[in-house]
Amino acid sequence: MPITITMPQLSPTMEVGTLARWLVSEGDSVASGDVLAEIETDKATMEVEAIDDGTVGRLLVAEGTENVPVNQAIALILEEGEEAVEHEPDSIDVALPPTRATPAEAGSRPETADGRATGSRRKAVSPLARNMAFRAGLSLDDVTGSGPGGRIIKRDVEQALKAGKPSQPSATASTWEEVRVSGMRRVIAERLQEAKQTIPHFYLSLDCDIDRLLEARREINAAGHRVSVNDFIIRALALALRDVPDANVQWGGDVIRRFALVDLSVAVAVDGGLVTPVIRDAASRGLLDIATTMRDLSDRARGGKLMPEEYQGGSFTLSNLGMYGIREFDAVINPPQAGILAVGAGYPRPVARDGALTVATLMSTTLSADHRVIDGATGAALLNTFRDFIESPISLIL
Amino acid sequence: MAQSRYDIVVLGGGPGGYVAAIRAAQLGMSVAVIERDHLGGVCLNWGCIPTKALLRSAEVMRLARHGEAFGLDIKSPRFDIAAVVERSRKVADRLSRGVRHLLSKHAVTVIDGEGRLEGPGQVRVGETLLEAGHILLATGARPRELANVKADEEVIWTYRKAMVPETMPASVIVIGSGAIGIEFASFYRDMGAQVTVIEVVERILPSEDEEISAIARRSFEKQGISVYTGSVVQGVTVSTDGAAVRVADDAGKEHALSAERVILAVGIIGNTENLGLEGTGVTVTDGHVDVNCWLETGEKGVFAIGDLAGPPWLAHKASHEGIIAVERIAGLDHVEPLDTGSIPGCTYCYPQIASIGLTEAAARNAGHAVRVGRFPFLGNGKAIALGDDDGMVKTVFDADTGELLGAHMIGAEVTELIHGFAIARTLETTEAELMSTVFPHPTLSEMMGESVLEAYGRALHI
Repeated sequence: MPITITMPQLSPTMEVGTLARWLVSEGDSVASGDVLAEIETDKATMEVEAIDDGTVGRLLVAEGTENVPVNQAIALILEEGEEAVEHEPDSIDVALPPTRATPAEAGSRPETADGRATGSRRKAVSPLARNMAFRAGLSLDDVTGSGPGGRIIKRDVEQALKAGKPSQPSATASTWEEVRVSGMRRVIAERLQEAKQTIPHFYLSLDCDIDRLLEARREINAAGHRVSVNDFIIRALALALRDVPDANVQWGGDVIRRFALVDLSVAVAVDGGLVTPVIRDAASRGLLDIATTMRDLSDRARGGKLMPEEYQGGSFTLSNLGMYGIREFDAVINPPQAGILAVGAGYPRPVARDGALTVATLMSTTLSADHRVIDGATGAALLNTFRDFIESPISLIL
Repeated sequence: MAQSRYDIVVLGGGPGGYVAAIRAAQLGMSVAVIERDHLGGVCLNWGCIPTKALLRSAEVMRLARHGEAFGLDIKSPRFDIAAVVERSRKVADRLSRGVRHLLSKHAVTVIDGEGRLEGPGQVRVGETLLEAGHILLATGARPRELANVKADEEVIWTYRKAMVPETMPASVIVIGSGAIGIEFASFYRDMGAQVTVIEVVERILPSEDEEISAIARRSFEKQGISVYTGSVVQGVTVSTDGAAVRVADDAGKEHALSAERVILAVGIIGNTENLGLEGTGVTVTDGHVDVNCWLETGEKGVFAIGDLAGPPWLAHKASHEGIIAVERIAGLDHVEPLDTGSIPGCTYCYPQIASIGLTEAAARNAGHAVRVGRFPFLGNGKAIALGDDDGMVKTVFDADTGELLGAHMIGAEVTELIHGFAIARTLETTEAELMSTVFPHPTLSEMMGESVLEAYGRALHI
């Protein structure tokens, strides 16, 4: 078994840490005591040392990654004779350590020392309760803890046994199945829950007339290029953020982070969730560059082949559900960012123009913004600038 | 009085009442404690603490007497009983003042006097009527007497007089071999008196593990204490030069014993009188107020804790009950009833005795298949260095689950060791964690680890 190195808890209150620096690379030999990485918290920088000899198998968290939860796996150390295993497909920016066998499955008395090096979140169980459950063949997944902090204690195991809870779910009783939460799903769940609980969202909506944009796209593609509506939108949003830099910001508690470049995260649906590959410095990229880059990123995102640095560190997000026919929607901000633009499908709709009713293809967009750092007027300026670019596609081409 | 309405009114400022008051104050409640005598109660003024001071004098005396064994030249050490008692009183006074300070620091109102229930939510102290959101009865207990033996505190003493003797009696008969009786037997023996212990049950320290009782008896007899077990006191006759005690042993044989003083230590009875319980829902059985696991009495809003609410009669049990009652009143989450199986008991005689959980016999009677570990003080370096190598650490495990069912110790300083097993029980550790625990060398605590190892055939130093 490879040895899993996890984010250490450097203080009792530490919940997350930043992986400031790797001091080893994959393939390096390490000896017990070698410094592997530097971890930053809001209080201190500390070193993570190897506890065993071996070879660095994989670095699971990229340098500079912030908010890595305590106990999350950050690297695998291979012992002599072990080979690196494939990257788990469900990894987004966490990689779960191998699931530990529960005592009931392990086939031997649980040792107190096991699990010490793994980063899985263990249920708090008293040793006695663990042993009793093991002996009774009771899975602790079926037991609710009533001890301090939800710890499973003797009483809980006794009650579970008395209640005759089956250790294996019976085939007939089950009208649902339980699927283990993937690393990606957990990150999505935690991020978006955090977003809705901590970020004061507000929403601004605006319709853009995209007839001219669609016309421009037809001409460009007729010339042998492959540019999507989304590529136009990426470019328009990047330019709008460049022109309204007050919206290209992040809330940092004591400070506001203003980004010099527009690194645009673009949501891409993949099996089992979504990822947000980042188009770096999008405002300085031309339409064709964006089209090529985006195609490459989404292909690799769907294949689970993105490197962490390719989906981390964006300054703003675009979420486009137009290709699914959605007319309009409100998106949840992707922390620690401060804004996300939700884009719907273009539909022919009646519009009044110069006192007459006519038909135009309208695309509804909704900006979700963090009111701690972006005010209504700033959001409106961003959205109007965006619309100006969309409705004047020549400015996107030039 | 600044105020006559309190969230909680506590009757009794002993280790149950005053701790409950502090906890209630911490939780933001307004609290009054009514105490008729001294803050700290019997424990602090007439029990645990002053007797520990006396026993310390006895210990120093014993060591001095054996100075030669340690290479010291101490010629016939002597003591002044008045000074010994004075030291004990000073220790008690200091702590009592400490309790007053603690209560004042937590803004707890202390009212001198006797409180009694006056009606729902009302307590009367003399002329003052207090309104109480909740009432906590913590009035403690007093010595129980025998039908045919009444304490006169002249010749027949209770603990109250036994801890403040004016002169050192040449001989003492102790009736009752629980913790209190045995501590006085030990004290008076170490101070040079002829001591006899009479116990109605067939062994001394009846609540302890049988093996521990047997080792204790052997040790006491070696020290010159006479022990009569299974023996009933037929009568006590007081005369000018002391008391004559007639005892019938378990074989029906009568013994005529005599001593300068008799110490009556046959248990306690709750102070349930004059509390205004008549006409309330509070019921009393066998001298103790009936409570449920939350310390609630039959009267809404009235709780009872500590000695008043029944055995075990221990200060730390009273304190914990006080905390539980108050947290229950405050509606805190995760309040748990007291686990009476995990209350350690300590007796500070020589040798000391400490225990927690089930005795071996009780464990077997409860249906457990047990594994028992024993480790003698003889095998411990620190004990030998102390010159105190008589004793044993005994552990009882459930053979199936590895649960530590009980631990029983006799020997030097075991009262300072038992908490280790208390923590182990609270955390529900099994033998596996105890075996992997590193006990420091050289300490007496190593015997705790060795005892666990021994239960599983792995003891190293025996």
